[in-house]
Amino acid sequence: MMPLLTTKGLSRNFGGLRAVDSVDFTLMPSEIRAVIGPNGAGKTTFVSLVSGCIQPSSGMIVFDGADITGLPAYVRVRQGIAYTFQITSVFANLTAYDNVALPVQRTLSDGRSKGAVRAGVMAALERTGLADRAHMPAGQLSYGHQRLLEVAMGLALKPRLLILDEPTQGLADSEIDNFITLVREIAGSATVLLIEHNMPVVMQLADRITVFNAGKILAEGTPEAIRENVAVQEAYLGTAP
Amino acid sequence: MSEASPAKAYGLHLGVIALLFVLSFLLPEYYHGLLARIMVLAVFAMGYNMLFGYVGLLSLGHAMFFAAGLYGAGLAVIQLGWSVPAAFAAGLGCGVVLSLVIGLLALRTTGVAFMIVTMMFAQVFYLVILYFASWTGGDQGMVVPQPARVLFFGATALDLTNPTMRYMSALGLFSLVLLITLAIVRSRYGRVLVAIRENEERTKMLGYDTFSNKLAAVVISGIICAASGAAYALLFGYVGSSFASVQYSILPLLWVLLGGGATTLGPLIGTLFMYYVIDITSGYTSAYLLIVGIALILLVLFFPKGILGSIRQRWLGWLP
Repeated sequence: MMPLLTTKGLSRNFGGLRAVDSVDFTLMPSEIRAVIGPNGAGKTTFVSLVSGCIQPSSGMIVFDGADITGLPAYVRVRQGIAYTFQITSVFANLTAYDNVALPVQRTLSDGRSKGAVRAGVMAALERTGLADRAHMPAGQLSYGHQRLLEVAMGLALKPRLLILDEPTQGLADSEIDNFITLVREIAGSATVLLIEHNMPVVMQLADRITVFNAGKILAEGTPEAIRENVAVQEAYLGTAP
Repeated sequence: MSEASPAKAYGLHLGVIALLFVLSFLLPEYYHGLLARIMVLAVFAMGYNMLFGYVGLLSLGHAMFFAAGLYGAGLAVIQLGWSVPAAFAAGLGCGVVLSLVIGLLALRTTGVAFMIVTMMFAQVFYLVILYFASWTGGDQGMVVPQPARVLFFGATALDLTNPTMRYMSALGLFSLVLLITLAIVRSRYGRVLVAIRENEERTKMLGYDTFSNKLAAVVISGIICAASGAAYALLFGYVGSSFASVQYSILPLLWVLLGGGATTLGPLIGTLFMYYVIDITSGYTSAYLLIVGIALILLVLFFPKGILGSIRQRWLGWLP
């Protein structure tokens, strides 16, 4: 099977700091992959390179068999790479409805009919449990609901690869359970790349885990293998048993 | 915002147009002429609002788009002897070409740099008008002769210098542009423009080519401003370089700020308000600009979103 996403020697320097250092990464279709690592390991920089928010210093990104390294972010989104931000960046002054309508109206194939936008928006809001808050300005939603709105916007893009950057940060425990169910559901139709600090969430969701440290991939494997990996325990969990 | 109450929104706008129509038969002669002029300049303000209010791009050079329409139409009549409709089309054409070129260059910048770049281009345009004084009349300007300002429909001649004809032509243009802007801001494209204003980077990450969307907005804004300029030349018969000066880049900004940015009727209210404040105060004192200045400061302090913007915020959330 052809990988959905491959990076070869992907690097990004910020001044003297090598935030991402020659990363070779492969992601298979319909996988849920978690990316973990200590703060400053380069996880967010790595997914920003994949989504096109920032340009790499060197290396190559291949999505679905085609080189996308030089493509601007909006073209990558159209090809099916959706990115939900670590720092919540919904349109605070627009209603939740309008926030989701923006991605929905762009992905609609039939173009014209108003009913189609409405149906698409409400479907994405239903899936994330925000339907009854559709006409609230996004800035007035609780933090957890804003995170869910981010996910709804990502979903509405009908992505083939959905990148979730710390989606459970700031969510209550009850909300996290719903979120896990939601991601499992999404994984039925899309590949999920998940940056996450909450280890129980990672262990429950991920098919495979990639561990970053100091801009490099330290280890990769199933949740069980990563849990047993001594190098990972030293770098990330801090203590060897 | 764009899904709510279409009947209410269109009803209100049609009501305003109907009111302006009725006023034509009620107003005394002086105010009749003034309101015709205000409607044409409100079109200029609506064009400015497209870009400033909805996309959040503050241009300090919109006088050049107004002047492109003004000179495009004026020169076509005076130097080439074109008919009124052809001259109006020439004005629009100049607006399209100019806004496309300026948009392609100026949109490489944002924020303060965008303000300065648009202002510089407008200055260049102003100086070019003065430089080619043998054609443009330089700082004297040109008068469009009365016989040239007649519109022919077969055998019927419509004299644009006739006050009622002029008022109705101004109202026609104003109504058309008002309904077009209303349709644009309620459309999906309007939603994208507002998204760019609120957070351009995020809009890109939803798959939108923000540069093309902004360029289209600059051209729409440029066409509307040029339409206003072309109508001004043909209806009021004067084509002057002062309309290309910095003052006429700042005026639409003030009108929009007063009336309320990103509101469809704000430009009309702002233009109307400013003209009437000047008109009333200049009747009492020669220091009327002082009073205008104080009125502006009070408005900015107590109604920072402009007249209609504040009304929308406090009472009528559905206003487009």
